[in-house]
Amino acid sequence: MASIAEFFGMGGYAGYIWPSYIVTVVLMVGLLVVSRRQLRSNEQTYKMLDAARSEENKDGTVEKKT
Amino acid sequence: MTMLFHRFANPTRFLRLAAVIQPWMAGITLLLGAAGLYLGLVGSPGDYQQGQSVRIMYVHVPAAWMALFIYSSMAISAAVGLIWKHPLADLIAKSSAPIGACFTFLSLLTGSLWGKPMWGTWWVWDARLTSMLVLFFLYLGYMALVNAFDDPQRGIRASSILVLVGFINVPIIKFSVDWWNTLHQPASVFKMGGPSIDPSMLWPLMLMAVAFNTYYVWALLVRVRAEIIANRIRILRLKQVHG
Repeated sequence: MASIAEFFGMGGYAGYIWPSYIVTVVLMVGLLVVSRRQLRSNEQTYKMLDAARSEENKDGTVEKKT
Repeated sequence: MTMLFHRFANPTRFLRLAAVIQPWMAGITLLLGAAGLYLGLVGSPGDYQQGQSVRIMYVHVPAAWMALFIYSSMAISAAVGLIWKHPLADLIAKSSAPIGACFTFLSLLTGSLWGKPMWGTWWVWDARLTSMLVLFFLYLGYMALVNAFDDPQRGIRASSILVLVGFINVPIIKFSVDWWNTLHQPASVFKMGGPSIDPSMLWPLMLMAVAFNTYYVWALLVRVRAEIIANRIRILRLKQVHG
């Protein structure tokens, strides 16, 4: 137990070391999550627009897809 | 080489290539990142002068390297985009900016958290720290400018010029510790005569550096894919409007 406490204590520098690592991990993971969410949402929008376009083409209301 | 570049510079080919590379980048990032974190936090010794606080180095230094590396990649992409009007180069520059800004912020923050116990202050207005803050503002300025126009092409043009003008800051940052008196220590890895740092500390540093690099490629691929699809959406919408 003492060694675990020692590890988290970081020789008295815990208040500097842990925030450095935690903020680094949180920011990097966060940026990736936001980027992936943007990608998914763009993919969905594109599929919807593309599907709507093919529908219109079938009705013959809009000129044929080139 | 030029042929190869042109082959993969086609957005459709790029999407196919990205789908292959991305899982590898993710895997390498997680593997080397975990190894780097373990060695950095547990498997490496404290410093004889700095004690345990030296462990901040394993995130601070790679983050600062990435801040400069990403900015340099953006400058190259911006130049390619301006000269050869290459759409993919433009998208790489645009997609890199938030990642670079993130690493610059991290290097400033962890530097501050390291400076407080070692130098006795969170911040000094010396050459290294100030030029790094300027880099952060260059990233923010780029991100604001690239999205400031209704016509995306004009935003890209204006912000590409900003990146190229701001590139003057990169050598200033690199050599600031040699040109001016500063609290910041000089380079100990990339210098004449090889690194002056013990292998037990060099290993976690290098693992984290490689992991940060593959993270950049990983995040960049995701963001460029999103941008390519956003462009296609824009084209579809235009077609709808104009029939």
